[in-house]
Order: sequence, then C-alpha cells, then structure tokens
Amino acid sequence: MGIAAMLGTPVKRREDPRLITGQATYVDDIKLLGMLHMTVLRSPYGHARINTINTDAARQLPGVVAVYTAQDIKGTVGNIPVAAPLPPHITSGMGRRLPLAEEKVRFYGDPVAIVIAENRYIARDALDLIDVDYEPLPVAIDVEKAMQPDSPILYEEFKTNVATSMHPSSEQIDKIFADTVANGGVIVKERFVNQRLAPSPMETRGVVAEYRKSDKALSLWSSSQIPHLLRNYLAIQLGLEQNQVRVIVPEVGGGFGCKLNIYPEEALASFAAMKTGRPVKWIEDRDENLAATIHGRDQVNYLEAAATRDGKVVGLKFHVISDMGSYLQFFTDVIAIAFTLPMLSGCYDIPNIYSSCDTVFTNKAPTDAYRGAGRPEATYMVERAMDVIANELKRDPAEIRLLNFVQPEQFPHTMATGALYDSGNYGAALEKALDIIAYDKLREEQKQKRAQGKLMGIGISSYVEMCGIGPKGTTPFGLYESARVRIEQSGTVIVYTGTSPHGQGEETTFAQIVGNALSIPQEKVLVLHGDTDSTPEGRGTYGSRTTSVGGSAVFQATERLKEKMKTIAASMLEASASDIELEDEKFTVAGSPQKSVPFKKVAAAANTSNTLPPGIEPGLETTVFFEPEACTFPFGTHICVVEVDQDTGEPEITRYVAVDDCGKQLNPLIVAGQVHGGIAQGVGQAMYEEVVYNEDGQLLTSTFMDYAMPIAPELPHFELGHTVTPTNVNPLGVKGVGEAGTIGSTPAVAAAIADALGVAHIDMPLKSEKLWRIIHKQ
Amino acid sequence: MTTKRSITVTVNGQQHQTEVEPRMLLVHYLREVLDLTGTHIGCNTSQCGACVVMLNGEAIKSCTVLAVQADGGEVLTIEGLAPEGGLHPIQEGFWEKHGLQCGFCTPGMIMASYQLLKNNPHPTETEIRRGLEGNICRCTGYQNIVKAVQDASERMSTSAETPVPAGD
Amino acid sequence: MSVPAAFDYHPATSVDEAIALLQQYGDEAKLLAGGHSLIPAMKLRLSQPEHLIDIGKISSLSYIREEQDHIVIGGLTTYVQIEQSDLLRKHFPLLPEATSMVGDQQVRNRGTIGGSIAHSDPAADLPGVVLALKAEIVVQGPQGKRTIPADDFFVDTFTTALAPDEILIEFRLPKATGSTGSAYDKLANKASHYAIAGCAAVITRGQDGSCSAASIAITGATVRTIRARAVENALVGKQLSETVIAEAVSHATDGEDMIVDIHGSEEYRRKMAAVVARRAIMRALERI
Repeated sequence: MGIAAMLGTPVKRREDPRLITGQATYVDDIKLLGMLHMTVLRSPYGHARINTINTDAARQLPGVVAVYTAQDIKGTVGNIPVAAPLPPHITSGMGRRLPLAEEKVRFYGDPVAIVIAENRYIARDALDLIDVDYEPLPVAIDVEKAMQPDSPILYEEFKTNVATSMHPSSEQIDKIFADTVANGGVIVKERFVNQRLAPSPMETRGVVAEYRKSDKALSLWSSSQIPHLLRNYLAIQLGLEQNQVRVIVPEVGGGFGCKLNIYPEEALASFAAMKTGRPVKWIEDRDENLAATIHGRDQVNYLEAAATRDGKVVGLKFHVISDMGSYLQFFTDVIAIAFTLPMLSGCYDIPNIYSSCDTVFTNKAPTDAYRGAGRPEATYMVERAMDVIANELKRDPAEIRLLNFVQPEQFPHTMATGALYDSGNYGAALEKALDIIAYDKLREEQKQKRAQGKLMGIGISSYVEMCGIGPKGTTPFGLYESARVRIEQSGTVIVYTGTSPHGQGEETTFAQIVGNALSIPQEKVLVLHGDTDSTPEGRGTYGSRTTSVGGSAVFQATERLKEKMKTIAASMLEASASDIELEDEKFTVAGSPQKSVPFKKVAAAANTSNTLPPGIEPGLETTVFFEPEACTFPFGTHICVVEVDQDTGEPEITRYVAVDDCGKQLNPLIVAGQVHGGIAQGVGQAMYEEVVYNEDGQLLTSTFMDYAMPIAPELPHFELGHTVTPTNVNPLGVKGVGEAGTIGSTPAVAAAIADALGVAHIDMPLKSEKLWRIIHKQ
Repeated sequence: MTTKRSITVTVNGQQHQTEVEPRMLLVHYLREVLDLTGTHIGCNTSQCGACVVMLNGEAIKSCTVLAVQADGGEVLTIEGLAPEGGLHPIQEGFWEKHGLQCGFCTPGMIMASYQLLKNNPHPTETEIRRGLEGNICRCTGYQNIVKAVQDASERMSTSAETPVPAGD
Repeated sequence: MSVPAAFDYHPATSVDEAIALLQQYGDEAKLLAGGHSLIPAMKLRLSQPEHLIDIGKISSLSYIREEQDHIVIGGLTTYVQIEQSDLLRKHFPLLPEATSMVGDQQVRNRGTIGGSIAHSDPAADLPGVVLALKAEIVVQGPQGKRTIPADDFFVDTFTTALAPDEILIEFRLPKATGSTGSAYDKLANKASHYAIAGCAAVITRGQDGSCSAASIAITGATVRTIRARAVENALVGKQLSETVIAEAVSHATDGEDMIVDIHGSEEYRRKMAAVVARRAIMRALERI
C-alpha cells in the first residue's frame, strides 16, 4: 500500500492484537497492592423515606473495613456534577444529589450505603447485613401522570415534577395549519413513545481509586468516555486541586454514551480510598448496570403535520416530553432541548416548525446520552411523520421524501429549527438505497406476498444528524478537542489526544491522519489517550465527534510540525522553505528531486542539532486545540424489509440496506463497522429493547434474562452503500459516523413493520405480542 | 466460615494447585487467582458469553461454574489459544475482518468460535450465527464476526499446522 | 456483586455417597449437577444452601443406551450428548430437537437432563418432553430405587415427587410402537430465550390412518408443566385434518393457570400454546 493511500484505505486496527489475545487491561483487570473492594447497597423501592440505617452487623463481619452512608460523606463529598443546569428549578437545586441518598430514595437502585471489604465476596455478604428502615412513598412512574398536580412529587419543595416547561406561542403555526386545511391540505396527528433503553455496554462501569495522603494525590482508573471532565469535576467534588487528581481511562468495553457521565461510585470509591488509605475497587454488576447506570431515550412526543394535497409538508408541530428519571446526571436536562428540538426538520425543507418541551422527573433511573442522544428521537418523529403523511395521501414513502428534501444547492442551509446544515445530498443517498434494494421490484414482490396472505413490509428512513459538537459559543463550556504531537529524533511520532476512544479505533484512524500528513508509514505513529497527566485537556469521545474534532486537532498539530520540519529541511538543503515538499519519507526541493533529505534526518536534526536556523526552537512538539465553528450533518437512507409471522406476530428482518454519507471516509473498514453496530442497536430499540418498571417502581428488566438485545441469528446481513459529500467545517472533510446507524435504522424498522401490518404507526418495541394483537385485532 | 478446598486445575497446559473457597466462581479463579484477566464478566446470568472458556474440551460459561467443579480438569482460555507471540487463525480472522470494536466480548466470542469450528470446520453463515447465540456483542452487529469465523475456517482448512496448545 | 453465599462443598463419587450426604445434611443441602439452574439462583441469592453435594462427576450416570423396550438415559447426561445422539434422533426426534433449543451451546455443554427435570422449571423445555414421552423416572434413595411415571413426577412449579434424600438417576423412555412421530416447537422470548410457549407432541397413527394415541405437553406457558389432556382427547380416534388439529389445540391450556410476565400476557400465552401445539403436531405427523 502506497503511503499516500493511507487515508481512505481499510487499514486493519492496531488496537486489535491486545484485544484478541486477552492482554488488554480493562478496569477490572487492575490489581493494586492492598486493594479493597467496594459494593453498593441500593434502594429496593422506587420512592421511600429513609428512617434509619443500621450498619453495625455489616461492620462487624470479618473482612469488612468500613461501611459508609450519606451521613459519613455529607460535607466532604460534593453533589453529582451537571453540565448545564437549566432555569428555573434545576438552577435552584432541583434534581441534584449527593452520591449516597439522604432522607429519601427516588429510584430502584438509588445508592444508599457502601461497604469496603478485603474481597468482593465479603463486600457482597455485608450488604445483606445492613438494615435500612424505609417508609415507602407513592411513586411517579408514568411521565404524563407525573406532570399532573395530583402526582407524587420527587422534590417536594418545588411542588411539581416539571423542571422546565417551554411553550412558546403557537399562534403562527396554528394559522398555517388552518390555512392548509382551508386550501384543501391534510393534517395528521400522532403520539409517539420513544421508549426507555438500557445502553448495556458489555463492560459495565468500574472504578479503582488510589490515594497517597502525603501529597494528596488521587489516582482514579475509570471506565469512562471523558477522562478530563471527570478529573475536573471530581476534584471539585472532593475538595482537591485539579492537579492533585489524575484520571486514567484504561481499555473501555463500550460506552454508547452511558460512560459520558460522572457517577456516584467514582466519588465514593475515591472517598473510601482517602479514608482507608488503601486502594479501592468497585466493579458494577450487570443488575446494577441495568438499574443505576443512566438509561437512554424515554420521550413521549406529540406530532401534528400539515401537508398540501400533493405532498409538500408545510408545517410540523411537536410537543416533546422528556422523562428525566429521578436525578440529574451530566446532560440529563438538556438532551431533549439541545439535541432533539434542533433536528425536528430532519432532511426536509419545511418552512414552519414549532416545538414545545417539558422535562419531567419520575421515580426511575436518570436518563442521559445514549447513542444518538436526542437525535434518534427527532429522526424517529420526523420519519414517522413522513410515513404517516404518505399513508394519509396514499403516496409512496420514497416519493414523499424526495419531494420534501432540502436540495443539494441549498447548502449551507439554515432550517426552520435554526440549525445550520453544512452540506448534503439527500436525494442521492435515497436513490442509491432504492437502487441497491431494487425498490420497484420489491414493491411488486410485496404485492404478490400480500396476495398469498403474507405480511411483508418495507420501511424507509432518511436521516440527518448533528455531529461534531460543539461549535464555539453554543455550548455551556468549550467543546474543543486537543492533540499534542511529538516527532522524535528517530522519526517516530507520539500523538497524545484529549479524546478518549473506547472501541472506535481512533488509534488507527489518528495514526493514518499523521502518517498521511507526514508521508511516513502509519506504524511509526503511536497514539496515546486516557491519562489526564499526559494528554492535553480534552472533552472526550461521544456524539460522533472524535474524528471530526479530535482528528482535526491531530491533523493541524501535525501540519504545524510539518511546516517547522520544512524550515529545518530548507536550511539543510540550502533552499527556501516554500520550495520544500514532503513525499515518500523525504523532504525535496521542488523541481530538484536530487536535492532531498530523509524525514528521519530532519527529525533527528530538529531534536538533537545545535545548529538549527535562527529563530527555530529545538524539538518537534506542539499542541493544538481545535474548536469547530459549526456542526457537521451526516445523513443517509436506510431501507428495511420485514416479514411478520401471522400466527405469532414475530417479525423478522429479511433484508437491510443502508446508504450512509459521513463525508470523507478515512478508514472504510472502521466506518462499516460503526454502521453495522449502529444498525444493530437501532434494530434493538425497534424490536427488542425496553426498560420496564412496574407501577410500584420496581424494575422488571434487571438482568439480561429480561432485557432483550439482538443476538447473531436474529440479525440479517446488512447491505451497505455510501455516498461522499464532504464538509468544509473541518480540515479533514469528515462528518462522523458513530451514531448514524442507530439513528437511521430505528425508523426504517418501525416503518417496515407498520407497512407489513398495513397500519400508520405502532409504538416500539415491536414485539411479537403487540403485533399479534394488531394482526388479530385483539 | 466454610472449609476451603484444594483444587488442581490445568490451565493453558500449566497445572495449578490452589486452596479456594467452594463458592469461588471459575471466572474469578482464572482472573483473580491465576491473573488470567483475558476472560471477562459481562452479565452474570449466563446470557452474554464474555466469560466463555474451554473446560475439558467444551466451551462453558465460567461465571456459572464453580472453581471446585473444575477440579482435576483442563481449562483453555484466550491467553492459551496460540503459542506465545503467535495468533490462532480465529484471532487472525477477527483482526483481519474487523470482528471487534471495544473488544470486551471478544475473548468469549473467540472461544465460542473455537468450539464452533471444532465441531463444524466449514459452517455456513446460518450455522455460525446459530453457533454464537450464547454470545452478545453490543458493538459490531455481528456481521464482521461472521466474516471473521468464515475467514478462520478458511485459514484453518488451508493451514497444515493449526496451533493447538497442549492439554486440549 | 453477583456471587453465591458461602457453603460447604461435598463432591460425591458415587450415588450411595451422595445419598448418604443428603441424609446427613437434610434440608441444608442441595445437589449440584451441571449447575446451570442452581448456580444462577445461588448467585442472585435466591437459593442459599449451606451444603452443596456435587454429583457432577459421577460418570456412571452419563449414558444413552438401548434396551429391549426402552431407550434409557442417565440422569447426568448433558444436553449436548442428547442433541448429538443418533439413537435418540431415530427413536424420539423431539428430544434432540427440544434439547437443541435449550439455552446456547455453552449451556448445553454443561446442563444435564436430570438437573433440568429435578429443578422442574415450568419455563424449561425438557420437562414437557419427558412428559410427552411418558418417561419412567428412576430415582434412588436410602431405601433403594423406585420408578415414578412422568405424569406423577411434576407436582407443581419447582416441585416434584422427588424426596429430599433421593437422586434422579435415570430416564426410561418406552420405545414407540406402530407409526409414531414426534416434534417439539417453541416460541422463545427474546431475552432469556426461554419459551413463551412450547409444545412437545408424540402422535401415533393407527392402521386406518386415524390418530390412535397422542401425548401432548405444554411448556413455558402454564405455571406447571402439563399434559394437555383435552388436546389429546380431541385428537385420538380422529383423522387428523387441519380443522381437527386446529380445534384440538384451542384447548391446549384449558383450565390451567398461566405464567404472566413482560414477555407475554395470559391471553397471548394461551394463543401461542395453541400455535406451537399445532406446529408440533403437524411436524410430528410429517415424521411418521
């Protein structure tokens, strides 16, 4: 493979050798001398007053070192951090919590006490010996009931569960709707439930905390997506200086947004290590993960859409209710407002969009970012709206989409929601998907199958998402990304990135970026991440931002060093720096190929020479902070074909085509992998997954015996295609692909199943009993 | 306090004699006593397969087996699949075909694939998917895992020497 | 942390030794075979025995062999041994078929037929199969061996006719006479993959082509594993047309209490029991 071909080629991942041999180090693989183990006692109630906690018996169990409750940490450990508290109530303290519940528990799984013991078996045994006297309280589970005045209240002092309520005047949209009707157009209405999901990375959360009292140095290993944010907030929580806390993120077994958070256990294990003077490990169990790690989605949405008779959508009116669960985690209060509302125009040029939004507390686990975070909800609503309109007008769903797309020449385009889309060619992606699946033939086949009484359905979803946060000036704090690049005297390179990849393969992608820029083999580049003591301040890996924002920082830092090397090479070759070219690991004077100096020699000179040109500092190292000016908007079209079993209602995906456009692809192998995994999770939401609480607030999906996710035999072979529409928002022309599959797939599957059953809409998850009831009108 | 028991287990060809609490799970024995941390714990209810190892030649979920049940037995873990410094064809297949992302399910997935190919050296796609029904991957959507197993199957049928460690 | 509470461990090398241990520790003891029902329950601390008697290494209880009028299966025979048995595939195809639908490869490698039957989980697949095959279940206690017909074995949810000091050692499956076919069908939930409803069917056709004997058992749907007598009665003596079968299976769960959970309501489970029963019967007929 030629060096120039390194970008855009399917380079095998450099991360893999350690992962396929069992040599990678995840948090639970860390063993420190004298290490203690922590377990967490959690509330078995959805809502209860804590009268007393008796920990005597637990403390007396041999091997138990300490037991702590809220009383022990109060005044020493601060509240769980919240990125962007919104007025009026959250800024006044609503939804804030100590890492251990005081006075009240507010969800099944709420941490009440911790045990610190010599080993994890004893730490587990001791939990059974803690006696908590609870006084159960009525629960608020259904989000719409929780908004009513007679609902049980989680935070009594606020006299409501509604934290923010945004209801702008709807006068203008109502007039547009009235005019549409007057002009013979149609109005459709639908209610959508975007159900609560458990992110369920295969590795649960985990923490190891070690504290050196002599100089107040806390080291925390955590399975996290955000090492620097965690370090900064944890220092505040624990009353330490920022530079007294070091966060190390080792190998992370998946995050999907749920590790983009600062959780109680991080501060609790740190507190215990500080108190006992010994390292403390806590590894979350799967039942804790399902109960107490954040959940995703959980919105109830109301839609009204107005369209002309010929299918042009003239207005959409949304009401979004965000079920935040019981407490605020990092982004809980802003997911709907910051990520759902801006995307409510989807791929479509709709002149009028109205949205109102309520965010509400209920007695369930907190919700926060889960793969897509607010954007899948928007896409789902918009795509379902297009189908409902198509259904109403008896038009083909592909046709309705093509009719309403923003056209390629309109970009950059400001939508009625206010979002500024960078670039796109939605029609091309849809046409390509239709082509791959042979759409017209497929509709013919569907007619024949229907004639035989078979329930075959076809669903289309054209999505666009907003990635690469966050633009300057629009976020609560700077969401830049950083890279420190060092070229060593031997010609090898070390990249220290502020991002924190955990499965995305950025070590490989970043090495490709550097190798390509410096015309050296990517194997010469080492990419390091996840240690706050060595990497520059970064914001972490989430929101499909790592390549577009972090990769751009890596690119710019590399380019900066390349320029410096050109100056040095120019002096070595006695030429002008502007004439120096870098190719095939050589600096050459343009037009004089015989005048060249190897890359390695220039690297050595820069690092070791004492005769560098005037004004040139020794060394080859620089740090770049890249702060994007705007977001990127990847897009695509997914088409799903299903067949539903008449007798049982069981749906089966028989074909799946995805055409995605994430701008330039730096490593197509990794891009395809992200799309596959994204589709699987989106299919999971459509057909399998749902966190269920009963009316008393008990969690019914507390193990994988009850929380269903797709397994290999249940998924089809995905047929992928792509289009390439670069962006000029970043120097790499990339848009992001981490969440695309998840966002695109859910509405496609939902549409296919509704189509199979010949109805406009069915709420997810589309499980067999629900479908059977529709088929048999039960 | 219960009586500890002495067990002898051969792991990756090496014999270990250890005193363990009877309630110690095999996965904890491997990870915490023998420091073989390549085997992972994902769900604890035997759904996910992150803890799959070979016990006496058969793939098992080591979170649902007691260490004392493995007394006198032979265990093969991800660490022992290939000779030091080498890769087993299944490992090569997973690397070549991008059959992993976060890597957490991977050791269990590879060990399950090991049994699958042992029973059926030339599986169809359907047979591969069915054979991996006890392993959950949250990252890959399984497509590249299927390709990885197909790739391994080809490698194993063309390679004269498939590294199979002692004790299996 | 999902780990068992502490217990003492007693590996038994023979059935007699295991029975002696059971007598010694009484209610505080539990038998451990493959452990795939018991260990998960112990990890969740739903079960906290003080003594665990491991019979898993009594290799003399692991066999499948043919006798004159029976196929006999040792209590510690694993699912995978059953699944791969040509002998069973020939005589009782529903048994390997049902076994192949249990859990996954790793579970089938460890789990044993005796463990599953003694645990008597109504959601499990094999209790229904053993019922439909009219197995004679041989158990051994301090007083020696006795044989319990499968019909008398399953008393209630997680409750069997096995005495606390007895061990389930063998299944004796009477060989089919005449033209007999058998099948197992199951609608699995998407999380644990246990049955929402399953059905084991054994159908014998007489010389005139009508159904001369039927043995139908339902799994997953009802709170205890049952023979669906109403279905059997509606089949026997009739020519098995689709109409006759459809009518018969509509009685699959008549009068039974149903399992209700997030994977299926009572109504759905009743209807699905009928669907899988119809499918199992049709497939059994094809195999005659």
